[in-house]
Amino acid sequence: MRELLPAMIFVGLLLVGWEMWVRARDIPTYLLPPPSDLWQAFIDQRHALPVHIRTTLGEALLGLLCASLLGVLLAGLIASVPLIRRVLYPLLVISQNIPVLVLAPLLAVWFGFGMTPKVVIVVLIGFFPIVVNTTDGLLRADREIVELVRSMGANRWQIFRTVLVPSAIPSFFAGLQIGAAYAVIGAVIAEWMGASSGLGLFITRSQRAFRTDQIFMAVVVIALISVMLFASVRLLAHFAMPWNRDGVQVTKTT
Amino acid sequence: MTEAAVRLEGVRHVYAGDPPVVAVENISIEASKGSFVSLLGPSGCGKSTILRVLAGLIAPTAGTASIDGQSAVGCYSLAAHMPQRDLLLPWRRVEANATLGAEIAGIPRAEARSLADRLYERFGLDEFVHAWPSQLSGGMRQRLALLRTFLMPRSTLLLDEPLGALDALTRREMQEWLENVWQSDRRTVLLVTHDIEEALLLSDVVYVMSPRPGHIVARIDVNLARPRRTSDIISPGFVELKERVLEALHMRP
Ligand SMILES: Nc1ncnc2c1ncn2[C@@H]1O[C@H](COP(=O)(O)OP(=O)(O)OP(=O)(O)O)[C@@H](O)[C@H]1O
Ligand SMILES: [Mg+2]
Repeated sequence: MRELLPAMIFVGLLLVGWEMWVRARDIPTYLLPPPSDLWQAFIDQRHALPVHIRTTLGEALLGLLCASLLGVLLAGLIASVPLIRRVLYPLLVISQNIPVLVLAPLLAVWFGFGMTPKVVIVVLIGFFPIVVNTTDGLLRADREIVELVRSMGANRWQIFRTVLVPSAIPSFFAGLQIGAAYAVIGAVIAEWMGASSGLGLFITRSQRAFRTDQIFMAVVVIALISVMLFASVRLLAHFAMPWNRDGVQVTKTT
Repeated sequence: MTEAAVRLEGVRHVYAGDPPVVAVENISIEASKGSFVSLLGPSGCGKSTILRVLAGLIAPTAGTASIDGQSAVGCYSLAAHMPQRDLLLPWRRVEANATLGAEIAGIPRAEARSLADRLYERFGLDEFVHAWPSQLSGGMRQRLALLRTFLMPRSTLLLDEPLGALDALTRREMQEWLENVWQSDRRTVLLVTHDIEEALLLSDVVYVMSPRPGHIVARIDVNLARPRRTSDIISPGFVELKERVLEALHMRP
């Protein structure tokens, strides 16, 4: 918390500056609403918002979960089967350069306007950093530790389980963090293709009604959710890797 | 000797590369069952290479290596190998690191744990059983790596500079301790070191190696009474042996 303080003070100053500037220059609200309008919009919409947030967050979480499962599975295959590695790894790296969002209209055609196409988008976005990072982690396990465990008589599966998987955990979380940072945005943009609820729909509706204040407010909400998701992944990583915590202290038991 | 626990004959190893490195040349050594044998030589002479051959990690370019009469080439897990780096698994607590080798060798976890429980105190780790490796000092990490090696159900131990990370004083203390630990179960030990006094204090036999490409320049039998004490290093018998080692290493005119 202490380390976030400077950033929070900065944001506070920014908000005050924004408010004063908009008022002083008399900028029309439909162009740039002041922060106080955003707050008002938030209060007005506070009963409508939870549904949208739940939808979008649900898509993002489900997408990340599927991306993790799929990503870890594929990373395991890529790392342990050389043929799969040689076929898939280059393709995977290249495919990272395809902007997933251009697929959104296609997905709407294939999967309709329900939750599925949104989750698929999130999966596609979150999947790549997870596979690439996890594979990297598996392949970069300390060679000497692998040899040690092998000299102890471990078979391939035991080596995979006792050495490769644990050494890939930090990389997996690094990938998941990147995925988490983009998951909410991915869900929102997917919702623009058509949806019955969600923050993306909320933005589209506000846009049609020229409610710039509501659009801004939704953007802030999206940013906050993204940050929270990102922070949750870090927290999860913290608990999943108790050996990797900064400042682990020697604790004598006597 | 027919009861040799460890035997190498005419081992030569060349590391592929550009240029290829001839690490060791014509190495023939043996350790009889239950004895403590040291490989002594300057840095880079191929001591670790010899242990890696015996651990089955590399196949020698020429020659044979066997443990208890079984060829070690391409055969893992005939001996318990303690590599030069401690290679603790950072994601396992001290207790889980200690029992790693035992677990992989198929000893049930509970049994491995209770075996380890009996040894923590002896290895000076009893207060740190639940700590992470990152919380240990260099010396403690080595003792843990040593404990892990001891807990493997193998009759031969290959120890690569097990006291390498210690300061000179602690090292002397640990040498006495190591002799003690070894005497309690009398498994065959092949120890790698470049500390002359350490080799003489601990061993029944010391093989002295030349600089790279390493070959054996002397085999020295150490017939000093056990248990030995650090103070023995000034006894006449010890000094004489030390002179012979220095001579073999060409460190004496
Ligand atoms: N994987 C490898 N590839 C190529 N050369 C190697 C490799 N491992 C060791 N060597 C070379 O082989 C020689 C012997 O190495 P080794 O590690 O056996 O020496 P050592 O006697 O254990 O030395 P130290 O006392 O410094 O540990 C060295 O010159 C080293 O450069
Ligand atoms: Mg070495």
